Amino acid sequence: MDILDILLSATFWAAVIRIASPLIFATLGELICERAGVLNLGIEGIMVIGAFAGWMAVYLGTGLWAGVGVAMLAGMLFGLLHATLTVPFGLSQHVVGLGVTLLATATASFAYRLSLPEVTSPPKITPFQPWEIPVLSDIPLIGPALFSQTALTYLAFILVMIVSLILYRTPLGLALRAAGENPASVEAQGLSVTAIRMGAVIVGSGLMAIGGAFLTMSAFSSFFFEMVNGRGWICIALVVFGAWKPSKALLGALLFAGFDALQVRLQQTPMGAVVPYQVFLMVPYVLSILALILMSRRAEVPAALMVPFNKGER
Amino acid sequence: MAGREGAEVVLRLDGITKRFGPLVANDAISFDLKKGEVIALLGENGAGKTTLMNILFGHYTADAGSVEVFGQTLPPGHPRAALAAGVGMVHQHFTLADNMTVLENILLGTGSLLSARLNARAAKAKVQKLSADFGLSVHPDAKVGSLSVGERQRVEILKALYRDARILILDEPTAVLTPQETTALFETLRKAVALGLSIIFISHKLNEVMAISSRVLVLRHGRLVGEVATAETDRHRLAEMMVGAEITAPKLADRAPGAALMTLTGIRTAPRGNAPGLSGIDLTLRAGQIIGLAGVSGNGQSALADLIGGLEMPTGGTMVLHPEHSGDWSPRAALASGVARIPEDRHKTGTVADFTLTENAVLEAYENAPYSRKGWMDWSAAEGFAKKIIETYDVRCPGPEAAIRLLSGGNMQKLILGRALEAGPQIILANQPVRGLDIGAVTFVHNRLIAARDAGAAILLISEDLDEVMALSDLIHVIYEGHLSPAFPRGEKTPAELGVWMAGQGFEGGADAA
Amino acid sequence: MRLEPIPNPSALRRFGLPTGALALTVLIASALALLAGANPFATLGLILKGAAGSKFALLETLNRATPMIFTGLAVAVAFRAKLWNIGAEAQLYGGAIVTVLLGTGALPLPSLLLLPVIALAAMLAGALILLGPVLMKTRLGVDEVVTTLLFNFIMLLFVSYLLEGPMKDPMGMGWPKSPALDKAARLPRIVEGLRLHWGFALAILSAIAVWVIQTRTTLGYEIRAVGLNAEAARFAGIPVGRVMVKTALLSGGLAALAGFSEVAGLKGNLTLDLSPGFGYTGIIVAMLALLNPLGVVISAIFVAGVFVGADSMSRAAGVPTYIADILMATALLTMVLALKLTTTRVRWR
Repeated sequence: MDILDILLSATFWAAVIRIASPLIFATLGELICERAGVLNLGIEGIMVIGAFAGWMAVYLGTGLWAGVGVAMLAGMLFGLLHATLTVPFGLSQHVVGLGVTLLATATASFAYRLSLPEVTSPPKITPFQPWEIPVLSDIPLIGPALFSQTALTYLAFILVMIVSLILYRTPLGLALRAAGENPASVEAQGLSVTAIRMGAVIVGSGLMAIGGAFLTMSAFSSFFFEMVNGRGWICIALVVFGAWKPSKALLGALLFAGFDALQVRLQQTPMGAVVPYQVFLMVPYVLSILALILMSRRAEVPAALMVPFNKGER
Repeated sequence: MAGREGAEVVLRLDGITKRFGPLVANDAISFDLKKGEVIALLGENGAGKTTLMNILFGHYTADAGSVEVFGQTLPPGHPRAALAAGVGMVHQHFTLADNMTVLENILLGTGSLLSARLNARAAKAKVQKLSADFGLSVHPDAKVGSLSVGERQRVEILKALYRDARILILDEPTAVLTPQETTALFETLRKAVALGLSIIFISHKLNEVMAISSRVLVLRHGRLVGEVATAETDRHRLAEMMVGAEITAPKLADRAPGAALMTLTGIRTAPRGNAPGLSGIDLTLRAGQIIGLAGVSGNGQSALADLIGGLEMPTGGTMVLHPEHSGDWSPRAALASGVARIPEDRHKTGTVADFTLTENAVLEAYENAPYSRKGWMDWSAAEGFAKKIIETYDVRCPGPEAAIRLLSGGNMQKLILGRALEAGPQIILANQPVRGLDIGAVTFVHNRLIAARDAGAAILLISEDLDEVMALSDLIHVIYEGHLSPAFPRGEKTPAELGVWMAGQGFEGGADAA
Repeated sequence: MRLEPIPNPSALRRFGLPTGALALTVLIASALALLAGANPFATLGLILKGAAGSKFALLETLNRATPMIFTGLAVAVAFRAKLWNIGAEAQLYGGAIVTVLLGTGALPLPSLLLLPVIALAAMLAGALILLGPVLMKTRLGVDEVVTTLLFNFIMLLFVSYLLEGPMKDPMGMGWPKSPALDKAARLPRIVEGLRLHWGFALAILSAIAVWVIQTRTTLGYEIRAVGLNAEAARFAGIPVGRVMVKTALLSGGLAALAGFSEVAGLKGNLTLDLSPGFGYTGIIVAMLALLNPLGVVISAIFVAGVFVGADSMSRAAGVPTYIADILMATALLTMVLALKLTTTRVRWR
């Protein structure tokens, strides 16, 4: 099997879409936070807690969608913690973000051990099943790739459009973008910077958690400690790569997932026998760094990103 | 505009008091604003004008007192309530989001946040009508980041008018304008008053206050010390009320300039963001001469300051120091060549807020003996230097070991001044050296600069305040879009004539030369 | 609400608030213990006993604290310059790799010469690992938080490759581990018979050295100026980029010493689980110490004590050992909040 065969197989493209899905959720979440002026380094841990909470809820008997809801709520809770410390109190977004990641990860581990003290391998749930869209899924190559995914994947793509619309076409989006560019403009027009930023971080964290939940509830069917494995950090790179725009971030996520899906398949080729598998596994991280370098010169950073706003500061 | 006895009171401030720690910024201030009236709120920097207006608008909450608009008491601390009641504020530091269009900035926060759509088309029509009615021309779809300072101010006024403001507060609106732009602004304000709006005009510039207001309120050290009808007073009396003593203009004795110490020929620098770089500047700094650089901010002043200060390299032209300098041009090279620098922003670039006075005093010289030897700091030597500055420059502070952020702006500036002058410089770059200082500190800084000039230093004074430039300079250049006007000797041009240059006319090929 | 600065905070504020933060952390620990069906007092008691209840426990705590002192110092040095080095984990492994490389017979030197050479080489490796992200930051403006984080993952994969390939122990029976160090390359114990090696002494010395650098040298002054206000530093003529690079070399070198000390002092070889996140724990250690190098020693011992204590408590009381991770993350967050409230007052109107 050579690269051409891989690129012409529907399973490859289906994998690209599948790998991209959690990244899309979490990248959108981070993008919303950063557009409002808050860097959320809690993303990695919030994805972990989302992955755990959604899976555990379903394991305990809730429906799949309720599980997604639980995951989102768990994420929003940690988002609230992050937002409270970084927005009204103006604490270092770096330190708080890392603290939230450590706390959320530890909480997931603790809760896992507490609820399943004896097990050696985590129980499986029945995850979201592919949902074949009539007619469209019958198109060769494209059909199985795009239109026989799980409902969560479709949701991810719909969310890109929704977030785009909100950001650029609604008063709320206007306020959000202004809060990340010059919070004083928001304050002077009678809106609360604190409310907007906190809201953005909480909602964004909810999306990150759904991204995590995708791993346990759609991509796989159980929870492992290391399963998020840096995806959160990769999403932060994707936000930069996407120049803080949802559509470009989607493109970045797909591109990224493409390379990821490719490296898994290349491991099976004769090339995989020569090159150590670790090199393939490094690809996502190396790509993220390359993306950051590539985009470094094109600064479209929200001007007030990481700048705390204190009402009435003199 | 005559006084309006019996006219409707649209705004009433009653006993407003605000403290910041030990400082009483506003002390029981009360006054009324009537319909169709322009009140000038006069006071020097730090008198409490901006604080008072921020309370009125809801950015701050007062410790005591109340604000009543059209008979309704405003809930404290809510700009939204002030806006809804018809109060609009044009802030001194513009509150605009650069990455959004004019229209988007105006629309921000006007409707419900949760409504599904921006009603952009109707809004655009309304903005265009307001622009025409009030003489505020600006393109609604332009990105704010690409606008000039004057245009941005128009957007700020449009923001208030779009919300049907009945009361306009303008905080030092002319500080960033050319004299001509100021005239246009006054036209707009007169139109607004004719339409029944009421205006509070905050300023420390006496002639503007005399020109636009019908009544003047004078603030000093947080207290309302006087209230007069404009028609019944004059500049002298207002000045005395504002400062508590007569203002004495700095005295510049005639003095023949000495040798050239720095010669710039055809200097170009790269543009930065929206600000232009320098495009072929010729400038000679001579011993014993103050050259004033007038111009609206953002026309290349920072580029020139950074160039002379060693922070930027030219992309073209020659820069010759006398005696000549060779090697890389850097802040250290500039310092070593006898260039002293007073930066534009004393908080952001001049000092390290959490450093002590001692640590700040040696910020530019820490690497040299006696403060540092072979990589080891000698803190007692550094402290000695700090103490010397504190004494010589009258820096009021708890001591050299206090953090500099505890100091007032004036004392902070004195430390920076001392740090710069104690190095015995040949060339002094003074970028906005008195911005935001009270009159005592202003006089102190100006006198020190004049003394340095008399002792033979070459000084480049950059200021947005045309009065300051005119009072202090032997020669005046106007900077516009990175171009430099010819040098005008002291007293040759009137403010209005310089204003024409500041607006870009007179430069080769007219206003569009740049 | 809004925040107002307090120019001269009272002693009550300066000591009361951090104490309150620790109290809150202990409260949360008690709640977690209750949640796990254990008696909170017994749980806390067991943690304390496990951390310092015996000579063995105390030595175990000091042993565990050793790498944390190094990574804590690495973070403290970097954060002081506002260089967000979250990659101490990668630098630690860099130091460990070099230790194995040079300590398994490559250099036929006597122990007294060999150990300093290895330590210096390890430091160099760690410094070089951080150099990449820092140059990307100073030259290209790439945020170093993400790059240093990503380097951790890349480094771990690289170690995995080494342990399964070129650095694999032929006698390892398939386990991914490196061959054992030569006797000459092992850090001896400080007192024969007590399980505490010279790595701990090196850690203390490093803390003192960093303290001297920060308070007494020109470089220390530059680092602090750059960290507090890079723009003012640049204006004043401090070469900000160069200071960043020097800081990075120091920080990376310190983190690498953690790897050296763990391999040469404790483990004797390199495995994939050499560090249970010492690089990340270093952030907590440094923050709890307010970035003070001498404070790092104390906070590292405290943090190590909680982890060691939680391990032994978990075996006895059945509360998951991850309680320690929750506690440390909580301590970090409550402590930064307490510090903020020391210098600012909250006004609700």
